[in-house]
Amino acid sequence: MSQAGHYRVSHLDALEAESIFVMREVMAEFERPVLLFSGGKDSIVMLRLAEKAFAPARIPFPVMHIDTGHNFPEVLEFRDSRVATLGLNLVIASVQEAIDTGLVRELPDGTRNRIQTPVLLNAVEKYRFDALFGGARRDEEKARAKERVFSFRDEFGQWDPKNQRPELWSLYNGRHHPGESIRVFPLSNWTELDVWHYIARERIPLPSIYYAHDREVVERDGMFYAVNEFIRLRDGEVSETRTVRYRTVGDASQTAAVLSDADTVEKVIEEVAATRITERGATRGDDKVSEAAMEDRKREGYF
Amino acid sequence: MSQAVLETDTAPSQRMDLLRFATAGSVDDGKSTLIGRLLFDTKSLFSDQLEAVEAVSAARGDEYTNLALLTDGLRAEREQGITIDVAYRYFATPRRKFIIADTPGHIQYTRNMVTGASTADLALILVDARKGLVEQSRRHAFLTSLLRVPHLVLCVNKMDLVGWDKAVYDKIADEFTSFAAKLEITDLTIIPVSALNGDNIASRSENSPWYEGPSLLHHLEHVHIASDRNLVDVRFPVQYVIRPQSTTVTDYRGYAGQVASGVLKPGDEVMVLPSGLHSTIAAIDTADGPVAEAFPPMSVTVRLADEIDISRGDMICRPHNAPAVAQDIEAMVCWMDETAPLRVGGKYAIKHTTRTARTVVRGLQYRLDVNTLHRDENAGELQLNEIGRIKLRTTVPLLADEYRRNRTTGGFILIDESTNRTVAAGMIIEAQ
Ligand SMILES: Nc1nc2c(ncn2[C@@H]2O[C@H](COP(=O)(O)OP(=O)(O)O)[C@@H](O)[C@H]2O)c(=O)[nH]1
Ligand SMILES: [Mg+2]
Repeated sequence: MSQAGHYRVSHLDALEAESIFVMREVMAEFERPVLLFSGGKDSIVMLRLAEKAFAPARIPFPVMHIDTGHNFPEVLEFRDSRVATLGLNLVIASVQEAIDTGLVRELPDGTRNRIQTPVLLNAVEKYRFDALFGGARRDEEKARAKERVFSFRDEFGQWDPKNQRPELWSLYNGRHHPGESIRVFPLSNWTELDVWHYIARERIPLPSIYYAHDREVVERDGMFYAVNEFIRLRDGEVSETRTVRYRTVGDASQTAAVLSDADTVEKVIEEVAATRITERGATRGDDKVSEAAMEDRKREGYF
Repeated sequence: MSQAVLETDTAPSQRMDLLRFATAGSVDDGKSTLIGRLLFDTKSLFSDQLEAVEAVSAARGDEYTNLALLTDGLRAEREQGITIDVAYRYFATPRRKFIIADTPGHIQYTRNMVTGASTADLALILVDARKGLVEQSRRHAFLTSLLRVPHLVLCVNKMDLVGWDKAVYDKIADEFTSFAAKLEITDLTIIPVSALNGDNIASRSENSPWYEGPSLLHHLEHVHIASDRNLVDVRFPVQYVIRPQSTTVTDYRGYAGQVASGVLKPGDEVMVLPSGLHSTIAAIDTADGPVAEAFPPMSVTVRLADEIDISRGDMICRPHNAPAVAQDIEAMVCWMDETAPLRVGGKYAIKHTTRTARTVVRGLQYRLDVNTLHRDENAGELQLNEIGRIKLRTTVPLLADEYRRNRTTGGFILIDESTNRTVAAGMIIEAQ
């Protein structure tokens, strides 16, 4: 066996090493980092990487949940138990509270994905966070494919895609003036399949809704939505019980399930490897609005 | 022997490694078509992405499904029909995961190509068989060598439009090979392809019986990258000091970082720069337990036998193999700022490994014409996308190697301290 063969590194090891490097870089160069934790699989993986980056010390920053109020109970439970186990400080920025105090106004269609942006920006200002870890991946969406690992945001939290800092080697430029901030994406180079392979390898627990289960759903525009307090049957619609799982976890009023029998991580990997539809295409009503929906939301300060 | 056992024992995902490549070509050479092909042939394109692209293509009245729309993700790019920024694309085969940095080819985007090439294991340059080598092809090859991308592939595309004429291919291949020889490009592979029809992309084509080399995908899957890493010179830039404030873990002091080069083992005698103090590696920790060796690109935490004062920006190396401790740096730089040029006397922040200092430009020896490689020694400044050789003086020593020997400890960026913009990429030629 050659020298180099002995020192081989799998793609997951390489991705993990890069993400850990990014997290340590942030901890070394920023005053008040925070990790955005939604209870979704990407943020769960990100949290595991943070554990690894600073072991045997505790994760040295708080986590924040932008709570749309439209939650899956399994996910909230999971969030709270992770936070308790790791001894983390959890900041909750509530969209409902922001509606009640008049910071934002509920949209006519009741969806809250878009109005969470001002809530996020408000929390950043209040707690003076200067670096925000997000679990976004470049393979998710074409505007995100252009995103930097360290993404500069002005004092309004805005992303200016035409004016991004070049990112060379692993030399990240996190400099900013007071009031400005940097969004940091340690999972930039991971794909959905990489995330699942890593979940399997590391035996990372996930909220149960990521695995196949029976649920009362209604079919709309080819997508299967859970019937619950956020999604009620419209006239003429009928619900049915199907075996489904969630590929992404977002605003519960806009996130659809996919038909699936994958009830173990191995089966999910098989399914994801064979699927011909992107996770956002399969599950997110909010991305279908226009060709540039994501770019527009990111410009406003979304992740 | 042991290899075979290993392969059956590990999950497929553990057998895959990672290859990063950057693509470059002039407008309309077929870069987007080629990437679309690779994604399509490796089943990495999703039907909703294709449908979205087809719908937009149809709405714009394109005659064919414009696969460029897949990578041109920004509104401005789609409106103008051009690629502005680096787009990252991902695909995998059972052997490898690939990260493509798709960079725009035009001269005003030199900085984007430099950015994409900085982390690339391989550069893929396209030419149109009908047009042959053009000014841009030479520039792309030069940038590949400047950034020391270890492997280069030239795809001679649109072979279908020249009737798969071997003579056309040979002429381009010969011309490019002799140009590349001047650039110290060590590994060059030239492949005749039709991106549109998929010839020689995922498998060898019957249209080119005279071509004996691999298909593009086969080459990407098999090109040997493991020995591109420098496993000789131990360089461990200290990134962050881990000192748990807890009652269960006491007296722990670990130096966290990513191995830039070399192999570290417990028991090794090491030297810490810039102090020059010696110690021994007591342990190399990871969250999954201690390891017997650390090598690039592992992120680990090193503990030393002696209590010495070490902080971020210091470097752990070996007593008889150390980088220069240098304040006078000569380097090639690519200027990346459109708002102001580089000028002699200019002061900047410099970020090099995990160390940040301030620096002043002491001299501009020449500006290089990236198309002709002509050196203009009377140049007074470097504008956006211009490349030149400069002298720097830093406020504190950098722990630096020549870029040709070490891409991690030989590369740096300059930052404008008032705007905070990243204004230059630098490759060290000499440090003292
Ligand atoms: N005949 C032929 N046409 C090609 C080939 N590759 C690309 N094209 C066409 O060349 C044009 C430019 O291709 P595109 O991929 O957009 O080029 P880019 O500007 O380099 O991204 C399109 O009309 C393609 O269909 C090829 O191998 N053969
Ligand atoms: Mg193109």
